[in-house]
Amino acid sequence: MTATITPSTADAQSDGRDGRKTGRPNGGAPRRRPKVTAGGMASSVFLWLYAAISIAPLLLMVSNSLRTTQDMATKPLGLPLPPDFTSYQKAWITASFDTYFFNSIFVTVASVLLSTVVSLLAAYAFARTKSKLFTALEGLFLSGLMLPVYLAILPLFFLLDAAGMISNLWGLILVYGALGIPFSTFVLSSFFRQLPIELDEAARLDGAGPFQTFWRVHLPLVKPAIATVVVFRFVPVWNDFFYPLILIRDQDSYTLPVGITRFFGEYQTDWATLFAGLTLATIPLVVLFLLATKQIVSGLTAGMSK
Amino acid sequence: MSATPALTAPRRRGNTGIALSRRAGMVFVLPALILFAVFIAYPLFTALSYSFFGWTGILRGDFVGIENYVTLFTKLPYSEDIPNAFVHNILLFFGAMVFQNTVGLGLASLLHRLSRFKRFFQTMYTLPYLVSPLVIGYLWSLMLSPLFGPVNAVLRGIGLGELAQPWLGNPQTAIWVVVLVTAWQWIGFPVLLYGAALGGIPEEIDEAASLDGASAWQRFRSITLPMLVPAIGTVSVLTFIGAMEAFPIPYALGGSQGNPAGATDVLSLLFYRTAFESGSSNAIGTSSAIATLLFIFIFGISMLITMLLRRAERKLF
Repeated sequence: MTATITPSTADAQSDGRDGRKTGRPNGGAPRRRPKVTAGGMASSVFLWLYAAISIAPLLLMVSNSLRTTQDMATKPLGLPLPPDFTSYQKAWITASFDTYFFNSIFVTVASVLLSTVVSLLAAYAFARTKSKLFTALEGLFLSGLMLPVYLAILPLFFLLDAAGMISNLWGLILVYGALGIPFSTFVLSSFFRQLPIELDEAARLDGAGPFQTFWRVHLPLVKPAIATVVVFRFVPVWNDFFYPLILIRDQDSYTLPVGITRFFGEYQTDWATLFAGLTLATIPLVVLFLLATKQIVSGLTAGMSK
Repeated sequence: MSATPALTAPRRRGNTGIALSRRAGMVFVLPALILFAVFIAYPLFTALSYSFFGWTGILRGDFVGIENYVTLFTKLPYSEDIPNAFVHNILLFFGAMVFQNTVGLGLASLLHRLSRFKRFFQTMYTLPYLVSPLVIGYLWSLMLSPLFGPVNAVLRGIGLGELAQPWLGNPQTAIWVVVLVTAWQWIGFPVLLYGAALGGIPEEIDEAASLDGASAWQRFRSITLPMLVPAIGTVSVLTFIGAMEAFPIPYALGGSQGNPAGATDVLSLLFYRTAFESGSSNAIGTSSAIATLLFIFIFGISMLITMLLRRAERKLF
């Protein structure tokens, strides 16, 4: 409700400001100097209010992970003073979060590496060939962006079972590697297409073969796209719950999300440990996000550059 | 054939050149193609075929035509579970769409005007979107816990104690919790995408219109909104796919049974339950039929939305 009202008041506000600005001969003055006005205040309140709604649950998760369960039961809204770290110790060691954590790291890193390498090769070929066969293959890969491929879990289960790869992290890595291909080739091929063909011709004149041209000439030029793809595939693989829930039967091979499910069944009343577990599963993502905001934003808006 | 234009044209268009022979190209594509074929294409086609057979455990029986599909709509519990779960998926879609296109669009257009703190707000709004939906689901289940949950504590604290209730225990409120938590988690995406789209609108158009005396609403209606159609389209398609595939958040909030009393059941949970928890001897046949229907529905409607949007864009520009 407030959302629909606030923009229009803010709009009217900037309206007046813009009018004055265009009326002035444009000097080097800053274009939008923040000025305290009713509309500005309202929009500011809305932005901060929603920031609080957005972030409060996550802050509460971290804060409660530093309190004891007893403390939470008596004061649901207390602060972690002094902070208590025993819940982390318990989650990490007693509840096997160390195993889940390292399994998740291994699976995520290996599968992102796999999908990025094969997608780089394929994307280069899509950008540098022109025949119906390759157009069709590219279309096939792209269709994976829209298809609910997780519904094919039963045959996948039987396939991995026949290969003796149920509960095997490598099985999961291969599956995630394949799942990363549609998005990765989509982003990478559009980058390769922007590179001028003259680069290839120059490299060929210098005697470079196709692979050398790819490796020495193109790869260094698409680094930003590689960063986007790597960061952007990291998130869904790290977070995925569905595939390991079905493909991993052995507790020692659980990744974090499946581990958390088990853990919620076992420690139902131990709130401090539950919050600590949730925080542990979230920390790597927050770190990644703060380090690579740019890549995440460009990955999320990848479809728009088309 | 493809080489002829390149030979006759004096200068090729930059990025349509051919640098790789077919054979070399094939070598480059092969690793991805094998991976895609084995772990995506093959399982997909096989899954579709499973639904046309009768199964005894993991042994495939005779070809039964559409019998598994008939079962879904005529036999209990499926004939009740499917419409129930389907309605919840649709609620998720509309709930998220309304939230994203009011609050999300509002936040994006306010941020667009902002020069300071822009990155900060973007980060705040996007963080929940990156956190695992399973973690988000469990986190909210703890927050909404009837006795010690902080949400009820806040309500009691500000004198609205009578509103405090077992949010996830009551079938009437449970599904709305799922809808709101999902919409809350997803909002970061439209904020960023609409932000990028707003950034792509040349300021001159807006300024020219305002010089011509167009009101703020008129400018939003006739300039901003049409320019946002492609972004709104992307958001709609992805929200639709996401709402139909919803699994971790309902699982964390209501378990695989969609508790309480199926109030938070969705189609993916129903599929999972049928395939892995039902104990029925024809579990594979029935669950594959559910998967196939869901598959066709998701793909068909996404294509439809995309087509309608293309048409709308053509009309607008």
